[in-house]
This record gives sequence, structure tokens and C-alpha cells, in this order.
Amino acid sequence: MQRIGVFICHCGTNIAATVDVKAVAEALKHEPGVVFSTDYPYMCSEAGQNIVKDAIRDYHLSGVVICSCSPRMHEATFRKAAAVAGLNPYMVEIANIREQCSWIHKDIPQATEKAITLGKAAIAKVHLNAPLYAGESPVVKRALVIGGGIAGIQTALDIADAGFPVDIVETKPTIGGKMTQLDKTFPTLDCAACILTPKMVDCAQNENIKIYSYSEVTDVKGFVGNFTVTIKRKARYVDETKCTGCGICTEKCPMKKVPNEFNLGMNNRSAVYIPFAQAVPKVATIDPEHCNMLKKGKCGLCAKVCTAGAIDYKQKDEFIEEQYGAIVVATGYNPINLDKFDEFAYSQSKDVITSLEFERLTNAAGPTSGTLLRPSDGKHPHTIVFVQCVGSRDTSGCGKEYCSKICCMYTAKHAMLTREKYPDTDVYVFYIDVRTPGKSFDEFYRRAVEQYGVHYIKGMVGKIVPQADGTLAVQASDLLDNKQLHINADLVVLAAAIEPDKSARPLATMLTASMDTNDFFTEAHPKLRPVESPTAGVFLSGTCQGPKDIPETVSQAGAAASKVIGLLCKDKLTCNPCVAHSDEWMCNGCSACEKVCPYGAITYEDKEFRMPDRTTAIRRVAIVNEAVCQGCGACTVACPSGAMDLKGFSNSQIMAEVDAICK
Amino acid sequence: MQVNNSEFKPKIVAFCCNWCSYAGADLAGTNRLNYPADVKIIRVPCSCRVNPMFILRAFQRGADGVILCGCHPGDCHYTTGNYYTRRRMTLLFSMLDYLGIEKERTRVEWVSAAEGAKFAATMNDFVETVTKLGENKRLEDLRCKEK
Repeated sequence: MQRIGVFICHCGTNIAATVDVKAVAEALKHEPGVVFSTDYPYMCSEAGQNIVKDAIRDYHLSGVVICSCSPRMHEATFRKAAAVAGLNPYMVEIANIREQCSWIHKDIPQATEKAITLGKAAIAKVHLNAPLYAGESPVVKRALVIGGGIAGIQTALDIADAGFPVDIVETKPTIGGKMTQLDKTFPTLDCAACILTPKMVDCAQNENIKIYSYSEVTDVKGFVGNFTVTIKRKARYVDETKCTGCGICTEKCPMKKVPNEFNLGMNNRSAVYIPFAQAVPKVATIDPEHCNMLKKGKCGLCAKVCTAGAIDYKQKDEFIEEQYGAIVVATGYNPINLDKFDEFAYSQSKDVITSLEFERLTNAAGPTSGTLLRPSDGKHPHTIVFVQCVGSRDTSGCGKEYCSKICCMYTAKHAMLTREKYPDTDVYVFYIDVRTPGKSFDEFYRRAVEQYGVHYIKGMVGKIVPQADGTLAVQASDLLDNKQLHINADLVVLAAAIEPDKSARPLATMLTASMDTNDFFTEAHPKLRPVESPTAGVFLSGTCQGPKDIPETVSQAGAAASKVIGLLCKDKLTCNPCVAHSDEWMCNGCSACEKVCPYGAITYEDKEFRMPDRTTAIRRVAIVNEAVCQGCGACTVACPSGAMDLKGFSNSQIMAEVDAICK
Repeated sequence: MQVNNSEFKPKIVAFCCNWCSYAGADLAGTNRLNYPADVKIIRVPCSCRVNPMFILRAFQRGADGVILCGCHPGDCHYTTGNYYTRRRMTLLFSMLDYLGIEKERTRVEWVSAAEGAKFAATMNDFVETVTKLGENKRLEDLRCKEK
């Protein structure tokens, strides 16, 4: 029989307000095996932990039950405390009487009764607990960053600076991400390229960083400290090691009518291309969809003009396998598709553009070399209307329910820059609310209104109708003056909501990292562990976790890097000891468990047994590799003979909990 | 069968996987989303850890309803666990149906860590359904009953 101590936490009034903690302590005192039962206002505090430690020593406890908040919160805390007092940490069980009791029930007798039942279930489980000993697994001292935007770049640089090798996998032919497409950045109006491209070059030159551009992650196996990742290096038909990035092939290529994705289709590029002048790696890529040589076998001009001999039409996709200790996800965002927003005439008029397209129109490296011209006729627009919250804060189902966070600020920036460069232009901004929380953000917005004379109008645009004379009739409401407005605009800019990149969903499945309903990655704790995914060894950086601007992205990237560095500094990691275990006397070697194991942790061995009649028999039995097993328990249910069991969540323990609850 | 007994408080066992649904239940708590105290949660590492025997045991010991919550298909922390759950429970539930246990007494739901509201709504709905069905006597082992 175990000697069990029960500790009830008040959690201030979080628990004590709806659960009669004294009554719980009293009721649980009479459970079989319980030799000590007490309550305390804050069990997780140092004084509270000391009560647990002292009781373990004074009463020679062999098991501990803490009735407190969720085990996801403080299980580790109390296990550590038990270990300090000399008790095996896996002899501690938590009854969750806060999140799953006091916080959801209002009736005190009911909540108290439930807390007692939950406590009894935990006591019943502890009776069957056995000490567990965690093994160790080595850490591969190399990190992988998936996504090469500003988030990925900053994370990689920080990890590399700490002396660990890090690989960046980027699907595009160059790193840099969305920030390369921006013109200026709020609130300081630094040129995006001027502050980003040095970092891109740093990445290329840092000997600890390896860039896999034009590549994708196709498979992830393993676990924290020991991931095996398959990277698909898409054929770019150019030998990266030979190409000097001179660009002659791009000039000579006869196929020049390919929409340029870097300029969002607002101009064309050739079939062999370098995305932009500062691309890293500065290597040409042949677009197989449009190259005549690859499609029809006719042309071959680029190979003829390439003095480096880098063109290789026979290149194939290559799959490489690498080992990593930690993985950082930095897959970023995209503006949403505006097909569902017919009222804004985005698909009907070339002069209705998104904010990202506006960035390209004002960027010196953009299709108009930085002169703001209407995409339809190349004339200078005299009236520009900016529409905020297109698809953001949208509960109609067409867009996203969340706030995209960056639009208020970049629209203020666009409006301000337009007025500065072209003072003869009238600029209107339609908004629901202007949200400018951030250092120097509100001052920036006020400058747009007060100093630059941008017309901010609270209200939504109802409809945009392209007119025969090429203007756009904007019908809107002014909510503060309570009147309808009709503006004839030359250019309309839509602040489209942002959403996680489409590659994030399949990646989350590969990484077994969880996502929220909007496909943003979920963090391990929304406040206290914001850069870690609930899956150990997987970290989050940038907008894959939620909308954020550049300063926030960079700080999160640094935070993710520091978490990775903390992990890679360790030589060994403690494994989870709650793994499957096969009773070899009961195992009949049927292979049912092996087939359901997602990790391949179960193998078979012919083992010699001394039978009761003193003969020996050789039988085939299952062996669990404890370093590989992750403890899901799929095998335990598949096992027909009941030989397979899960430590820490054994059949008998769960049955005991069921019995205690149903009593 | 007792239907109009407003005093009846069902015994409900909820198995929740550690990674999604248990976290979803915690989130429901953090957001103070009420559901009846009749629901008692047992934490399991994965929904695929739930042996059909546990559910039979619960009914045998007098549970009136058993609900099993896991990650959404495709989102399992252990990649494929919830697919096993889905298949196993389909078989178990058809057997329970054969034994005369109303199929509304058992349920499998996918609740992610971000779906606190869904967790509370699911529990409210399940408790209401089971309360309407009344006490489960079909599988209850009277020898297990104390008093």
C-alpha cells in the first residue's frame, strides 16, 4: 500500500471561491492509503512546495496528489519538488480542480463534490504508479529554419552567431520574403531593402548558415533533439555552384512574357530569371512552365550565352536527408484572395490594387521604377482611396475574423508618402477603427492626418464601380457625419487581410505541431511560451504564429533563436519515461503492435525462455525501443494479449480512474 | 425509462487527449465557459490510448455516458493516433448498439487546443442528451454497486 499525501491548493480565490478546499482536504483524508492531507493558499509558491517536500520526508510519502491547476501548468513544478525531497517525480499526480472544476462551475456544493471525485481518481491512479526513470537522448547540434523571410533570416543569424550550424529552407529562388517587396517601413520610413539586404548577405556569408533556396521540406521524422528532415531541392536547371549571377541569360532569353511574381504580375520577366537585383543566392532559375527548351526542346539560347556553363537542362529534383536538433517554423503570410469581395471591383479594374501591389508601384525597383502611375493607363492618379479592413475583422464568412494588425500602419505610411511625393493628390482613407498600438505608431498616424492632410473617414466603402472615363466611382458612408459619400477616384488601394502561407498546413501535419482555426501555428502557452510550439523541439517565428509587423517579427525571431540555442547547448535531453513496455511473458509475437506504431519503435526478437517445466523455449517477442517510443499508446490497444502497456498511463491506472469517477 | 426526472444527474466520463482536447478543456476553463459538473475528465496521452475496455468498464461501473475527445483528423500529435481511434470506436459503438446501449450515450469528438468554446458546447450538448436518456442500467454490473 502506498503512503499518499494530498495537497489542495486554493490558488488564491481561483479555486477556493467555488470549491470548499477544507472539505476536500477532509474528505480525501479518509481515502485508503492517504496519510496526510492539507490545503494551502498557493501550493506552487516556494512555501507551498516546502509543505510538499516536508510532508514527503516527515510522513515517508510514496505518492503525492496535488489538487490544483492543470497539469499542463504545474506538473513539472511539483515533480521537481518531489525529486528534491527524494521521491521519484513520477509518483506525483495532479487533479485539475481549477481549469476543469472551479473556473467552470458556479455552484459550491457541486464544484466541491466534483473536486473530491477528481481527487479520488488521482489517488486511485497514484496507488498504481511505479517509479519511472527517464533515459537520455543525444542532441544533434544543428537547427533548421523553414522559411527565409525576415523572421527566418533573423532566427538563423542569431543561432549562427551563437556558433551552431543552421540551415534555411526557402521555397522561392531567393531568401528575403515579403520584406523584399516593400518600399519603406513604418514608423521610421527606412527603406526596406536598405535594412534587409545586408542581413541577406550576412546569411550567405555566414559560415554557419547554409541556404537551401528553391527547396521544400517534404518529410519530418523523429523528435526533439533528433529530427530527420527530407528536403526537396527543386530543379532550377542552373548549377548553383557555377552560376555567377551575371544575368546575361535573362537578357537573351526570348521568352519574356512571363508574369513577374516579384512585382505581383504587374510586369513581365523572362523564363530564366533572377527575382531581383539583390537576390540571395544570386543565381538564375529556369521556370519550367515557360521555358521553350524544357517544354519543347527548342531554344537552348541561355546555355549558349552562359560563359560559366551553369545551365543544365537535365537537372532533376533532388532529395536530401539531414539531421537537426531543433526546427523553427517561419513560413510567413500572404494577402488573402479577393475573389469574394466583388463589391470592390478588384478583378474588374486594373486600378483597384492591393496594398502590396501599391508597395511595388512606389518601389524604385518596381515595374514603374518608383513613379506612382495607374496600372491601366500609366497616368498619374490625382485621387486615391485607401480601403482598410478588406477581409479583416470580417464576421460575414468572406474574410477573416481577426485583425490583420499591420494594415492601419502601412496605409498611414502609403497615404503619407503619396502626399509627400505628390502634394497635388487627394488621399482618402476609409477605416472602421484606426489601431496604432506600438512605439511611435500613433504619432506616425497623427502626422499623416495633421501634417500631410490625409482625409481619414470613419466608414466602410460599399461599392466601387469602374466608369467609362476610366475613373472609379467609390460609394461610401461617413459614419461620423452620417452621410453618403461619392468619390471619383483614379486609384483604389485595398488593405487586404493577411493569412498564413498555404504551405503551413501540410507542414504542421508533418511536424505534428498544432494550428488554430485560422491556420496560424499555436504556441505552447499564449503568454508564457509564445515562441514554442506544443511539440517539443519545434519553435515559431514571425507571422506563421499570428499577424505581426517587422519589429515584432524580429524580436520574436530572436526569442525563437534563443530557445533553440538553449536546446542545442545541451548535450543530452531527458526522454519521456512514459513509454510503452511489453511484458515478454505475455507477448505472443503477433506483430499487431508493430503495425500501428507510427515511429517504428517496436521490433521483434527471438528470445530464449526457461519454461516452468525446466525446458527452454525460443519465442518471438516484441521489444520497444524506449528512445524512439513517444508514448502515444496505440500499441497498447492493438495488443490482443494485454502484454503491451504504457508506463504512467497503464491499463490498470486508467481503469482505476474510471472506477473512482463512476463510484 | 426515466425521462422527466429533473433531479437526475448523469455520470459522464470524458477521455481527453493530452495535446488537443485536454488543452481545449483547459481553455474552456480559462475562458470561464460553463458546462455541467457531471463531466469528469481523464487525461490520456492520445485518444488512441483509450482501450474499448475502458469504455465498457465505465458503463459497467455505472457511467451514463462516455465521450472521447481527440485532435482533429490529420492533426494528431502522434500523426495517426486519432485515425485508429476513429476506426476502433466505430466498431465498439456498433457493438454497444447491438447490446442495446443507446448510441447517443457514446460519442467521439475532435476538439483542438484552440477550441475551448467547442469543448464547452460539446459537453453541454452531451450532458443534455444523456440526461434525456436517463440512467444507464443495461450494462451496469450491480455487484459493483456499493451500499
